Amino acid sequence: MTKPVTGGPLLRIEDLSVRLPPGADRSHALSGVSLAVEPGEILCVVGESGSGKSMLAGTVMRLLPPGVAPEAGRVLFQGRDLLAESEAAMRRIRGAAIGMVFQEPMTALNPLRRVGDQIAEVFRIHTRLSRSAIRDRVRALLDEVRLPDPDSALRAYPHELSGGQRQRVMIAMALALEPALLIADEPTTALDVTTQGRILALIREIQRRRGMGVLFITHDFGVVAEIADRVAVMQGGRLVEAGPAREVLGRPRADYTRALIAAVPPLAPRAPRGEGGAPILSLAGVSKTYRSGGPFGRGRVTHAVRDVTLDLPRGTTLGIVGESGSGKSTLARCIVRLLDPEAGTIRLGDTDLARLSRRAMREQAHRVQMVFQDPFASLNPRRRAGDLVAQGPVLRGVPRAAALARARELFALVGLDPAAVGRFPHEFSGGQRQRIGLARALALEPEVLIADEPVSALDVSVQAQVLALLDDLRDRLGLSMLFITHDLRVAAQICDRVAVMKDGAVVETGPTAAVFADPHHPYTRALLEAVPGRAWSPTDAAAAPAA
Amino acid sequence: MVLVRRYLRNPAALLGAVLLVLVLAVALSAPLLFPKDPLSLAGRPLQWPFANPRLWLGTDSSGRDIAAQIFYGARVSLLIGLVATAIAIAIGIAVGAVAGFYGGLADEVLMRVTEAFQTLPNFLLLLVLVAVFGSQITTVTVAIGLVSWPAVARLTRAEFLTLRNREFVQACRVLGMGDARIILREILPNALPPVIVYASVVMAVAILLESALAFLNLSDPNIASWGNLIGAGRGVLRTQWYVSAIPGVAILLTVLGVSLVGQGLNDALNPRLRRTLPS
Repeated sequence: MTKPVTGGPLLRIEDLSVRLPPGADRSHALSGVSLAVEPGEILCVVGESGSGKSMLAGTVMRLLPPGVAPEAGRVLFQGRDLLAESEAAMRRIRGAAIGMVFQEPMTALNPLRRVGDQIAEVFRIHTRLSRSAIRDRVRALLDEVRLPDPDSALRAYPHELSGGQRQRVMIAMALALEPALLIADEPTTALDVTTQGRILALIREIQRRRGMGVLFITHDFGVVAEIADRVAVMQGGRLVEAGPAREVLGRPRADYTRALIAAVPPLAPRAPRGEGGAPILSLAGVSKTYRSGGPFGRGRVTHAVRDVTLDLPRGTTLGIVGESGSGKSTLARCIVRLLDPEAGTIRLGDTDLARLSRRAMREQAHRVQMVFQDPFASLNPRRRAGDLVAQGPVLRGVPRAAALARARELFALVGLDPAAVGRFPHEFSGGQRQRIGLARALALEPEVLIADEPVSALDVSVQAQVLALLDDLRDRLGLSMLFITHDLRVAAQICDRVAVMKDGAVVETGPTAAVFADPHHPYTRALLEAVPGRAWSPTDAAAAPAA
Repeated sequence: MVLVRRYLRNPAALLGAVLLVLVLAVALSAPLLFPKDPLSLAGRPLQWPFANPRLWLGTDSSGRDIAAQIFYGARVSLLIGLVATAIAIAIGIAVGAVAGFYGGLADEVLMRVTEAFQTLPNFLLLLVLVAVFGSQITTVTVAIGLVSWPAVARLTRAEFLTLRNREFVQACRVLGMGDARIILREILPNALPPVIVYASVVMAVAILLESALAFLNLSDPNIASWGNLIGAGRGVLRTQWYVSAIPGVAILLTVLGVSLVGQGLNDALNPRLRRTLPS
């Protein structure tokens, strides 16, 4: 067991500056950052993308990308300056004294080697234990991270485990040599909410039992509220605010922190509007199955969507919430006929979209439009923004000049500079691109707008702006919207009604406020309980006067 | 243009471009410098280079001017290279795009055909085509194009497979765009860069294939091509080696130029994949 050589903090970062290579968007990844992690506490470093929070972890581990180098300051771990250590000494520290858990457990594990073997490797590299002793230690670790069936997990390959199980394996690896400090870089971002809740509880529990220090990097204030003892807020490579979690979350001092917290959607659902209207879109008995492997339909059958019946009242927003694999995106793609449902009707007005031929669907395409999840992949990088928006109307026979003029109006409508129509997608930020995607969908004046996780790839402050825009457009244009999300906070913000999906089926549906206040289905209850930081209300914190 | 600047910063790519421009200049200046037919008699056979100031690269075994043949040969090699490459790329893109975009049965059928072409050594196939259809320069060029497309098809298919499920393609479908338009206007421009880079390989191989045919006396004997000249020098290879060596060097430099340009284009288009050069 490693013991601190001197008293005081386990990790102390003093006035650290890290230089970026020339040509980057700023000169320093980190400038003048000072922080401390005490033994036995969890320090959460929060920030939006580009805040330098991951660079901080990389600097402590001395694993920085080429061209990025520390320029000034010290990183004292148990009294030793890590920046002054040799590469050989660092190799002994990494893994043994400082463990690390990454965001994406699939890419961090070697897909060709068994899980047990990969954990055992840690011992083979750092210790002289015998084979049988190593086997016992690995088994004990898998027990400690609460893998359901440790013995079969030992022999499993990474792809045979679920995302949460893989992250447990990663945590087991990081804990193998009983490090004094654990660095966790967004360890739950790629996981579902319910899995995330369990992993956070696990980290908390092990940290308490072992008295480890944890440097926990995240963008999610909900997670911070859930796990942090102390919080450090970063912006543009600088430390904005640091202090005990209760203080920072309850009475933030810095304006930036207050703005960030204000952007976190509260879990309190809005009052439903436009209730009781006639449905504009109604689904009845929609099913979609996938067959994998084997010709002639043999092999595994997956029921991606099963027997879904839903109504979208005109002028309202219906949220479809669920975890990954629940079939919510498949359902959306069936409605716009990117996929062909096997059974059921999708009635838009008096047309059954599910029955249309491909050609007939192209004629009807303008009536249902879609906004996609990934603001980078959903715009053709080789077309100008204005062209992308004008494309739909041009296909319907609108003269190009008129369509481009309309694109400019739409740019103004979604809050973009109309002069930017001549620019290419890569010249816009993520939030702006999502606005282009929205303008493209609106250009066809659809009766129903389907938004598939439109804000999940965005930073929290940008997310708040896009949500406000969607809400505003809904009111101004009387849009009827199907809003797909995994984030219950977002659903509470924007949806009048929600439908909860699990394993392809809708398990519960109703007005958002009613479902959130009194969930009937156990799964809905589990989802609501897993929302990180549900006990903490960001609105109170943002409204609280600075102390 | 970022692309041009990135290209010019790479010394190897710059050398390739210079070589290609030189070959092009040689090809264009041929009728100005050598107004006579390059295949006509110019002097005593088998004169060494630099021996006769009028025939500075000497003469071959039939007494034809080697320099004139090199200059006119550059036109033939470039023309065969360009046309055969265009044919190969066009077939390859059409096959690859349809197979990659539609998948399923179309993909199965087209890929089996592609594999059938690929399993045959393409030079043997070329020999068969030339043996059957004759060895006029046009047939030779078309035949070279016909044997060179499978790799292009596979490359295009791979690009289409990754691009067809991108959200921007789905967005176009949701807008109600037809398949042909999605393939040609939306996916193809994004799939093109690696294909363009590969075209340089096709062009280099096409030039070599024509030379190899000519070496076997199977190319069009009525034109001055580098391959024909090498073939003509075969009989006197041990004593008058320069007859084969000079066009050999010309082929070497052209193919080198084409390959370097292709590699340079690749590096400029994919800057992150570039091997780090010692700076």
